[in-house]
Amino acid sequence: MRWVVKFESLKMEINTPALEVHNLTASYNRKPVLWDIDFQLPQGQLIGIVGPNGSGKTTLLKSIMGLMEPDSGYVNLFGKKLDDVRERVSYVPQRESVDWDFPASVFEVVQMGRYRKSNLFRRMSTVDREITTRSLEKVNMLEYARRQISQLSGGQQQRVFIARSLAQQADIYLMDEPFVGVDAATEESILALLTEMKEQGKTVVIVHHDLQTAYEYFDWIVLLNTRLVAAGPKDEVFTSDLLQEAYGGRLTVLSRIGDLIAKKDFPLRESAFKEKEGRGDG
Amino acid sequence: MEALYIILTAFCIALSCGTLGSFLILRKMAMVGDAISHSVLPGIVIAFLISGSRNNIPMLIGAAVVGVLTTVLIELLHKKARLQEDASIGVTFTWLFAIGVILISAFTGQVDLDQECVLYGEIAYVPLDLIITESGISLGPRALWISGGMALLVLVFVRVGYKALVITTFNPDYAKALGISTLIWHFIFMGLVSLTTVISFESVGAILVVALLIAPPAAAYLLTGQLKKMLFYTSIISLLISVGGYALATWLNGSIAGAMATVAGILFAGAYAIYTLKLKGRGKPSLSKSSS
Amino acid sequence: MDKLLEFLSFQDPNVRVVAFGTIFLGMSAATVGTFAFLRKRSLVGDAVAHAILPGIAIAFMLFQTKNPFVLMSGALVSGWLAMLLIEHLSKSTKLKPDTSIGLVLSVFFGVGILLLTSIQHSGAGNQAGLDQFLFGKAAAMTQNDLLAYGIVALILLITVALFFKEFKLLSFNPAFAEASGLPVKRLQFILSTITVLAISIGIQSVGVVLMAALLITPAATARPWTENLLMMMVLAGLAGGFSGLVGSFISFTAPNMPTGPWIVMCLSFLALFSLFLAPKKGILARIQQQRQNRKKILSENLLKAFYHLRENNPETDTFSNLQLLRKRHFSQSEYQTALSRLRRNFYIMPKGEKWQLSEKGYEEAKRVVRLHRLWEMYLTERMRLKADHIHPNAETIEHIITPEIEAQLLRELDYPETDPHQSPIPYPRN
Repeated sequence: MRWVVKFESLKMEINTPALEVHNLTASYNRKPVLWDIDFQLPQGQLIGIVGPNGSGKTTLLKSIMGLMEPDSGYVNLFGKKLDDVRERVSYVPQRESVDWDFPASVFEVVQMGRYRKSNLFRRMSTVDREITTRSLEKVNMLEYARRQISQLSGGQQQRVFIARSLAQQADIYLMDEPFVGVDAATEESILALLTEMKEQGKTVVIVHHDLQTAYEYFDWIVLLNTRLVAAGPKDEVFTSDLLQEAYGGRLTVLSRIGDLIAKKDFPLRESAFKEKEGRGDG
Repeated sequence: MEALYIILTAFCIALSCGTLGSFLILRKMAMVGDAISHSVLPGIVIAFLISGSRNNIPMLIGAAVVGVLTTVLIELLHKKARLQEDASIGVTFTWLFAIGVILISAFTGQVDLDQECVLYGEIAYVPLDLIITESGISLGPRALWISGGMALLVLVFVRVGYKALVITTFNPDYAKALGISTLIWHFIFMGLVSLTTVISFESVGAILVVALLIAPPAAAYLLTGQLKKMLFYTSIISLLISVGGYALATWLNGSIAGAMATVAGILFAGAYAIYTLKLKGRGKPSLSKSSS
Repeated sequence: MDKLLEFLSFQDPNVRVVAFGTIFLGMSAATVGTFAFLRKRSLVGDAVAHAILPGIAIAFMLFQTKNPFVLMSGALVSGWLAMLLIEHLSKSTKLKPDTSIGLVLSVFFGVGILLLTSIQHSGAGNQAGLDQFLFGKAAAMTQNDLLAYGIVALILLITVALFFKEFKLLSFNPAFAEASGLPVKRLQFILSTITVLAISIGIQSVGVVLMAALLITPAATARPWTENLLMMMVLAGLAGGFSGLVGSFISFTAPNMPTGPWIVMCLSFLALFSLFLAPKKGILARIQQQRQNRKKILSENLLKAFYHLRENNPETDTFSNLQLLRKRHFSQSEYQTALSRLRRNFYIMPKGEKWQLSEKGYEEAKRVVRLHRLWEMYLTERMRLKADHIHPNAETIEHIITPEIEAQLLRELDYPETDPHQSPIPYPRN
């Protein structure tokens, strides 16, 4: 009897979407860059978020990670709020978002993946060090462990970030442009690693700007251009119609309205001031 | 003995400033530190008017709060009034500093501060203000005790909060993603910077605090790529500055604080020379710059 | 009052010198500072002001004179050196600009203080007054000083006038300036030189520490009022000049009050005032705009309630408060706000206890409903949103669509008859 219950709850757990984005609207400098984004992603897939420059890919990732306050909508990870599942979520920011002249070694940066609110004031345990070492091994960076991060090439920096993320031992990985500034060989080895992670049941979500490789790399694709064009298995999404829609230019009406909203300080949801409906819930 | 007192006080101040300054420059907030060091002036004057003394600890903390409020005011001007960031800093600190100077002029009789002291402190008078117990035993200068306590506090803070400071400085977004509050650490850190400037104020003045905040860590930063080494070099440089500054000031018969800043500049020039030689030796600038 | 008149009559030659001097210095610093502000070099200006101190001290030590031209030359050299050093450090080392600025500022200043105190303690007569560079010495300005600084200020203004177009391009779009073949390097050199010059004369009135305010704050004051560079410079110049006048007046009435800090106080208040009150860009104007938005949304929502009621029972155009409030929820005060706004526009008229929708009101209501339904069409057709997701978005956007955007929407959607929920889209009568 107990076994059955356990099995049922396990099945439910597997069927919960890894990521649900509900009616998400987000602005940058008060101008909306994401309009009513709504989609779900399954667990255990390699997923690409694809769209032209300025289509809001990074904003989407930041909103998912709670790094930006959305104007409306909400996000669930494994059916829960981010705060309840933080341990299971790992984030890889864009490589350019940090200053690589920061005085730290490769090992120190990767070890950050083991930092938690709870162990911030404690020494790192041997287990943490071991996990850090293994993560470095996985990205073939162990021999560089003592090196200063300022002396790394772009591809090596990227691998350090991925190792740091691996060290978190999460279930879902959200990576912002991990292939930018990386040579072909490294790109291939990173992809192999991501595929291996997927095969272990991890969910990997990648922001990716290169349409050429997207079909080859991912199982699922989210096609974005300030609005959601499509989200689904790659064969359903990679149709010439949908691609044309995503890459065929901005919707002029939409960007004119966006400009007006920014210029006139217009509230993006009436409820923002009218009723206390709780912005978090829609 | 007097020389020793002065040098020790100078070292404690330089050590606190340099240690916090290391993180300040890595956070790219050097000029915010500059702004704080100016804008604590009205806080100090008001604290002085209320308590009638400069070394009353609650008052020091009160003045330090003004420093933290400066960062909030800069942020408000930038975000709410949409004034560009560099101008927000410039407008805020000049305004607050002007208020401080006006207050000093208005209450000349009641405030034992003058404009010169505001600019370069009176570390030479440190040995004159001694703590003397009821039984008449001298415990050493008051300023030495206070700056020594400050240095201890800063060292303990950096030791305990090292990981949090490093991660919120290097990659704040990642820290947030791990659930670490960058905001809380920002305010604790700025609070300590502010307290340090307030405490250093009477010894080295508003602007030379900035030299102690920035120059030693900037020099150390050029010498190493490891944060722990950078902090260590900073403390060595702080010691050299205190001794060298005292010697130079005695030789030229000038302000000790000014001489400390001068020595800091000379040491920085040395570090810069080593840095350029190293770069030339390696043949090309650091990889990260060429590839990004 | 008498004091003010006495001051403004400029009878006292001393008052004349001080007042005109501070006005002049304030104006020229503000004019040049506008470029520093626009090029986001405000803090470099601050650093240069501090860095001038050792130059003045060394010039004095070498020539043993307080001749303004000699001291100014020293100031110019060390100011220039500081500017180059800042640029060099941030370019050729891993130090970031803020660190380079703070480093140069504080170390130069420290050297200046060391030299200055050393000069003072050496007691080489004639040194008195050098420390006045710290907080300015407006009150002690002589006719000779005024003449010297006046000449420099004039040179600055002429240079700005001559290179106005080039400097403008350099400030707003340096990349384009480079591409269009302007001698950017040389222009930058000229601009930097006049900035250092303006700073080295400006410190006479406010001193090195507060010089940044004389440079930046007038520009920050002027910025929210205009998009035009010339206008901005004029406004900044006025703010700088006016503050100079106020500062010198205050130290005229209260001689122990320092002129420089009061000039800065006045400048700061002008800046705060304009950041709050400037039309369009000021904080108050934006709050006002938000309140307008809110009222517009409320009244349009009430109008829609009228429309929906009428859509359901076409035989009447008069409805009670109860009917309206049942159709759509409003708080009491919101309801009153919306009602009075609709009445003022003659969209509705009181009829006994009830409200009648006028013909004009009906057309306006049709417009709002049309925009709502058009936008829902757009959301489903163009943005592929599901029909059950579009309503909240349309509730917002209906209030913001302008007639031009409406026309574009109609064209793009080819004048649809119904919305995605199959409700008819109401068009104007003809």
